Amino acid sequence: MIDWRLELRAVKGRAYPRIIGAWREPSWVLFDIFLPLLGIAAFIFYYRSMGAPEVFTGFVVLGGAMTAFWLNVLWSMATQFYWEKETGNLQLYLLAPMSRMSVLAGMALGGMFFTTVRAASTFVLGFFIFGVALQVSNILGLVAVFLITLIALYGMGMMFASLYMLYGRGAYNVSSLAQEPIYLVSGFYFPVKELGFWVAAGASIVPITLGLDAMRQLLFSESSVNPFLPWTIELLINCFLAVFFILLARRSLHYMEYLGKREGRLTLRWQ
Amino acid sequence: MVLAIEAQALTRVFGGKKSKEPLVALDRADLQIEEGELFGLLGPNGAGKTTLIKILATLLLPTSGSVRVLGHDVVTEAQAIRPRINMVSGGETSGYGLLTVKENLWMFSQFYGIPSVEARQRIDDLLTVFELSDKANAKVRTISTGQRQKMNVARGFVTDPDLIFLDEPTLGLDVNASFAIRNYIRQWVKHKGKTVLLTTHYMQEADDLCDRVAVIDHGRILACAEPAKLKRGLQRDVTFTIVTTPFPEAAGVGALPGVKGFVNEFVNDGTELRLVLEEESVIADVVSYITSRQAKVLSLTKTMPTLEDVFIELVGRGLQ
Repeated sequence: MIDWRLELRAVKGRAYPRIIGAWREPSWVLFDIFLPLLGIAAFIFYYRSMGAPEVFTGFVVLGGAMTAFWLNVLWSMATQFYWEKETGNLQLYLLAPMSRMSVLAGMALGGMFFTTVRAASTFVLGFFIFGVALQVSNILGLVAVFLITLIALYGMGMMFASLYMLYGRGAYNVSSLAQEPIYLVSGFYFPVKELGFWVAAGASIVPITLGLDAMRQLLFSESSVNPFLPWTIELLINCFLAVFFILLARRSLHYMEYLGKREGRLTLRWQ
Repeated sequence: MVLAIEAQALTRVFGGKKSKEPLVALDRADLQIEEGELFGLLGPNGAGKTTLIKILATLLLPTSGSVRVLGHDVVTEAQAIRPRINMVSGGETSGYGLLTVKENLWMFSQFYGIPSVEARQRIDDLLTVFELSDKANAKVRTISTGQRQKMNVARGFVTDPDLIFLDEPTLGLDVNASFAIRNYIRQWVKHKGKTVLLTTHYMQEADDLCDRVAVIDHGRILACAEPAKLKRGLQRDVTFTIVTTPFPEAAGVGALPGVKGFVNEFVNDGTELRLVLEEESVIADVVSYITSRQAKVLSLTKTMPTLEDVFIELVGRGLQ
């Protein structure tokens, strides 16, 4: 039987260092808000010089803001167990009675909270600096798409985290390999449909692909967006992906822990 | 007798796949530790101490054999064991440097579901005991190694476990800090009736603290008993050192009945006699012999085997 009080406290405990810790290092304002704006600016100036429709400026600002989540999932969620193992925290997590999913949920919530602050800052600054014209058609739908996309995305991060628990450095390379291609195939700065149906369909396994496409439809005028699928369908698919990734993460975590205990790879030798 | 730990024929083999030679870290180890016992595990580096602790702490599966911790099987009932145990390793770098000492301890307490109010009270108490109160709000990355280790030990106790594994908890600590920790461990076991499994490189620490110790090497438990009993087991002979005033007839001591070994040498203005006797009562005849030759006994010391002697006798080498 699940002890919910224990699990909720564990989630709170693990989310805490992410939320508090980040505020104590204000350098993120430079690295996570102002520097990404330079990257966004490059795309915007390029689009403008090519005479692309003005709505593309909004696409880039949105994509730039959502990049924070992708990077957070990739480097602070999926790879986290690798670092936790190196510092000796992992064995203390595994020693504790809480569910391992609570550790991951705490990491995800802490990461989501702080990354939302960063992403919102990027979005608001980009909005004012580049004069993005928004045409929000369904605010509730937008909130739902945003939240479900985050849950599905962090669920995917949880699933990858279980791999890092065991494979460490090897899995690290997978993250490096995934980072740039996902920018392209997920359509961070342009409508993903431009890549063709099958590429867009394949890229939809990464929840941010459909999430971005749905948000584009809900934030900008429908006629100029060229959506891949109707946003309601995309929302439903991401709901499915959220459940799928979280269940898979749970199963994978359980199996990887067993494998790690059997092979003696969960803890460092000196510990 | 209620057992906190019961291991039978516990074996753990690492590797053995592909071209790697299998490493037998534990070799049919048998161990029984009673509840409320402060038990020491002594062994050189690579003896299998940490492997044994990791199996008992549910972090590693045994290759064969059976282990029960607090009445539960470590393989099939790990979840029932975890709320009741904790572990601290020497030189640990766990926690987050950006958090304060207090926040780190609170965070780990949450993983055991301890209500925050209760956790904060326990943390304050532990920080006082370990003289860390002035560092309570210091970020962990700013405190010294010794202070960090004291925080680690506090982390182990903040959950008030029924059984705690302390893997060289005083490693690298200064005398005062080690004393504070040893004292706390002793009181904790005495007053709360909890169980401690301690590994240490410091023989004196094991001798001072432990109700019983086991000596382990190459994954095998070579001996297991109270420290005094282990030392008595080694005590085949009685050894004395006597310093007297100048004593020309000293060589005659060697001929006395019951004197098995004898060495004499001149020291400063006197004579030092090192004697190995068959039994302790023989010393009376030796003293009579000395005084009857108009010499005076300046000092008389009985030397006892130490736990380190026991260890060397069993393992064949020192700890390092």
